Amino acid sequence: MNGVHDLGGTDGLGPVIVEQNEPVWHAEWEKAAFALFATNFRAGLFNVDMFRSGIEQMHPAYYLLSPYYEHWMHTAEHFAVEAGVIDAAELDAKMQHYLDHPDEPLPERSDPDLLAFVDAAVKGGAPARRESDAAPSFKVGDKVTVTQDSPLEHTRKARYIRGKTGVVESGHGTFIYPDSAGNGRGEDPKHVYTVKFTNVELWGADNAEPNGVVYFDVWEPYLVPAAVPAEGALR
Amino acid sequence: MTIPRSEAEIAARMKALEALMIEKGIMTTEAVDRLAEIYENEVGPQLGAAVVAKAWTDPEFKARLLASATDACAELGIGGLQGEDMVAAENTDDVHNVIVCTLCSCYPWPVLGLPPNWYKQPAYRSRIVREPRTMLRDEFGHDVPESVEVRVWDSSAELRYMVLPQRPPGTEDKSEAELAELVTRDSMIGVAPVRA
Repeated sequence: MNGVHDLGGTDGLGPVIVEQNEPVWHAEWEKAAFALFATNFRAGLFNVDMFRSGIEQMHPAYYLLSPYYEHWMHTAEHFAVEAGVIDAAELDAKMQHYLDHPDEPLPERSDPDLLAFVDAAVKGGAPARRESDAAPSFKVGDKVTVTQDSPLEHTRKARYIRGKTGVVESGHGTFIYPDSAGNGRGEDPKHVYTVKFTNVELWGADNAEPNGVVYFDVWEPYLVPAAVPAEGALR
Repeated sequence: MTIPRSEAEIAARMKALEALMIEKGIMTTEAVDRLAEIYENEVGPQLGAAVVAKAWTDPEFKARLLASATDACAELGIGGLQGEDMVAAENTDDVHNVIVCTLCSCYPWPVLGLPPNWYKQPAYRSRIVREPRTMLRDEFGHDVPESVEVRVWDSSAELRYMVLPQRPPGTEDKSEAELAELVTRDSMIGVAPVRA
């Protein structure tokens, strides 16, 4: 999806605002928004790719202006409503209730299994690597070009690398394919490669910073072998 | 709905969502508190700093770290969520590395903890791939000479990158623990050097 989240190479977004001695949490609500990533994943409401896809469906103006963890709240809400676990009107009513009664406590519930899951997930992770019999189509050193196709759905093929040619720096084996899993379909594992692009290739000779490269990790379906330049061609 | 929501509106909406998730048996306040505590007190850049200090003092560990950061970190009991497959990019006299996630906010949690706000902001994510050298100088006060190649790692898949910064001169007599004290989060993102 050609969304606002796909920020690489966008100009004019202002200076970086660095907060000195920044705390991990800026408000209590951020903790709950962060926790939704783990608890609602456990409940089967989304996978990590769908989680990102849900964020990408925010209105662009809202995406750019809202605090970061509100994005997490948005995607958790999106999938909880979509699955029918909660009702949007019920959520709106409860929000108004808490606006009117901010000191009212949350419901009490204890769940030792969930607590154990939290610790196990932090320690053990949720690997996206999947075994596959598919042989890699590319090897280290191959020149590859990212296809120009612009998927309407969730993808990790950023706009700034589309149509660009780079060199395979390393191959990593097969991982869950976000263009499938992130759109609610199967895991469909594909090979992942780190591809090196020169600044000149990405931004053009007139605008590229000197002596620099960008490494970008791509899934195999994003790539085709680079065309061999015809004799006398510019590149 | 106004854009953006007020802080009170965000807090009320999150509380409403949390209440519903608790009622549905999906969430508990104790799980929220436990996760918050882990990333406040247990998992943070002090773990990455220990990895860097060990790499500076143990050449064999450094070789293993550069071969597989996941395996080398696991030797120190470091790993897990958002660091299932980690890569360490080494700074040298000729190369400076910096990490970003232009599409969202991917970051190596097991070694650096949760990312600072600026790492997740559109301003950083949009520009660091296009003008890294200018940005490091103007926004972070880190002037990388033109003779040094700047390598930007855009964490677009499930690999998670950390920078192995250069050991500063004048630290030959320092112990591994003392060295770890010098290593900052920003040096492992690649926006600052380690200073003695």
